[in-house]
Amino acid sequence: MKIRRFTSFAAAVGIALALTGCHGTREMNTFEIPQEFDTSRNYEISFWAKNDTNKTQTEIYERAIQDFERLYPNIKVNLRLYTDYGKIYNDVITNISTQTTPNVCITYPDHIATYLTGENTVIPLDRMIAHPSYGLGGSELRFEGPTEEEMIPQFMQECQIEGRTYAMPYMRSTECCYINKTLVEKLGYEIPEILTWDYIWEVSEAALEQDANGIYTLNGQKVLIPFIYKSTDNMMIQMLRQKGAEYSDAFGKIGIFNDTAKEILYTVAEHTKTGAFSTFKISSYPANFLNAGQCLFAVDSTAGATWMGSYAPLSDISADKFVEFETEVRPVPQFDPKNPKMISQGPSVCIFNKQDPQEVLASWLFTQYLLSNDVQIAYSQTEGYVPVTTKAQNDPSYKDYLSRSGEDNELHYDVKLQAAKLLMDHTEDTFVTPVFNGSASLRNAAGQMIENVAKSVRRNQAVDEAYMKTLQEDITSLYHLDQLEGAGNVGDAPRDLGPLPKTSVALLSTLAAAWVLILLYLLHEKWHKKGK
Amino acid sequence: MKKMTSLLLAAMLVMGLAACGTNGNAETSAAATEAPTEAPATTEAAKNDAKVMSYAEYAAADLDSEVTIEAYVQAKQSWWENKATVYAQDHDGAYFLYDMACSEEDYAKLVPGTKIRVTGFKGEWAGEVEIMDAAFEIIEGADSFIAEAQDVTALLGTEELIEHQNEFVSFKDMTVESAGKDDAGNDVAFLYNYDGSGEDGSDLYFKVSVNGETYTFLVESYLCDKTSDVYNAVKNLKIGDVVDMEGFLYWYEGVNPHITSVTVK
Repeated sequence: MKIRRFTSFAAAVGIALALTGCHGTREMNTFEIPQEFDTSRNYEISFWAKNDTNKTQTEIYERAIQDFERLYPNIKVNLRLYTDYGKIYNDVITNISTQTTPNVCITYPDHIATYLTGENTVIPLDRMIAHPSYGLGGSELRFEGPTEEEMIPQFMQECQIEGRTYAMPYMRSTECCYINKTLVEKLGYEIPEILTWDYIWEVSEAALEQDANGIYTLNGQKVLIPFIYKSTDNMMIQMLRQKGAEYSDAFGKIGIFNDTAKEILYTVAEHTKTGAFSTFKISSYPANFLNAGQCLFAVDSTAGATWMGSYAPLSDISADKFVEFETEVRPVPQFDPKNPKMISQGPSVCIFNKQDPQEVLASWLFTQYLLSNDVQIAYSQTEGYVPVTTKAQNDPSYKDYLSRSGEDNELHYDVKLQAAKLLMDHTEDTFVTPVFNGSASLRNAAGQMIENVAKSVRRNQAVDEAYMKTLQEDITSLYHLDQLEGAGNVGDAPRDLGPLPKTSVALLSTLAAAWVLILLYLLHEKWHKKGK
Repeated sequence: MKKMTSLLLAAMLVMGLAACGTNGNAETSAAATEAPTEAPATTEAAKNDAKVMSYAEYAAADLDSEVTIEAYVQAKQSWWENKATVYAQDHDGAYFLYDMACSEEDYAKLVPGTKIRVTGFKGEWAGEVEIMDAAFEIIEGADSFIAEAQDVTALLGTEELIEHQNEFVSFKDMTVESAGKDDAGNDVAFLYNYDGSGEDGSDLYFKVSVNGETYTFLVESYLCDKTSDVYNAVKNLKIGDVVDMEGFLYWYEGVNPHITSVTVK
């Protein structure tokens, strides 16, 4: 079964621990790249990895480690597995304060922004990347990794924070819309190449006709949720981006409470009220409804493609609940189909600083090995991921894989391959949100607004201007958006900065005392000269 | 004098800068990453004067409607950021209280048997009927009740089983079946996660059969972690073992009991 929503526990704890995790952290020395990798010594490094509750992914990690250890017998890699990013984040934060972070860690740039509040915690990789011996394509590598030019620039850019590269992309995915084509066509609609929001709402509303017994005429079942969205964070973020509306800037200035967001929320309310729309948090996984013929449009990650469709190789519902239908994969709905915009997501890898630079170098070698074709191609084939290097994407074996869509319902499962191709075709249309300390909270807040509105509508609460005002206040307070760095513009009210921190008072007092002493000294000197 | 003054000034500046460096980042970090600490105000909190429903009234209530019930804590699954997930039961039926507003201090008071009054919204997630966005109060001076596990073995595979959803139940004389295969292709009695993708500490999945039908049960790792007796008992199961089990009749796209004890016969 897929990751259950109980795992959100870990994510939330992670955020909570970030409160205290960096307090009292002993600072690490700045990392200097050793001249040479010392192979006379043995190293043991830890790798905290995430899989999508997918055994094949676990096996690929294990095989990658075995292969790497064969190349570097003096490096032992200890794998620790996670099934969600939140739990990794939680554990990293906890371990920063005790300097027991992993060496190599799957992560998201949003999380790295928090890790960076500890001094020299995460290794900046720019000089490592360019190193002639041990950098990308370096002369001393014992495997054929990608060169710097073979890294897809857009994905590399996503790993930059304040102009420095703090992670390497590992896999990339986006969101897409998995469609029950059979039901949509039964309603008399054709599926356009690019879905628009108007189209989604129109078809979803048209699907809701019921007979006198409450049976939906379209699917002949008592349950039908035409449109289900898995990540409402992404839903709000993408809709704002498509509309050209504010979200945040790179300095953490929050722009999410704007008229466009409000308009989106009213639309969500309208279609929740009719039953045309629901979310993962309210109902369940979109795949479960889609595969049971109870959903027309299921938006989820391309990395969830193996769970989607009548012949999905992975499933949480029993075989008797599956219905036969044709599945289509499209980009997420758009406001401007000529200018599509979709989020770029997927795991990246960061390296934590250690006292021993040789150990860090060993970590960097392993990180690069994860970018080699063997790992990139194998892992990307487990889901609707795409490799992050042109070296892997252009490899004949990968091209052969893509060309065999639908040959079977396992490795060449057509829905999975459609999802991967979608991202490759639309890489230029992807975007990421600005990363800053607190950007993860803002992302959660974006989705929570949609969740709150949807729940309130279902509970017959009025969603009006007064509600929107309260919602903004609640969300601001709940996610402390008024306390994010540079968040001075949440709402219109001038921001009360509160009393100065004790440390600032101490600094200013010290400076004042120093100036007084300087003046006293000058007066003393003047007086002394006069005396002479 | 000059030297002393210079030294004094330098020392003061260093002290000032040191003070700045010690806590500045940490304070910024704390403010910027603080987690949600309370349920959104748009979700209505418990109302003490709301009419308390019987289990029958609760069962009949519409989804998404506001409900108030009184029940006894049976087990606690998790607490995080002032939200608790709790299994509760009264003499007539059971309730799953998902992400209920709860301070850490109050969570400690929620020992099995404690009577609480809960107001929240009835919801359904993947077939599991629960009370969400709830608030509660402990009923001081109330009696205590810990449910006896009701044997529902005979109800497995029947329509009637769901009427016992969330109750503390038992399953008797079931046989451990293969849960899957290990890397060497050997049948194994349990898996970490549903497909073996996890590791020690992950949820444990195992299969048990009765009357020719096989069912998937699990040890939910937040309810019973890897140090618990049941977690270790399941890790020691062998295919073919005959077992008695107790647990909560959780639902996820079908019956999905959260097992809390296993006895090999």
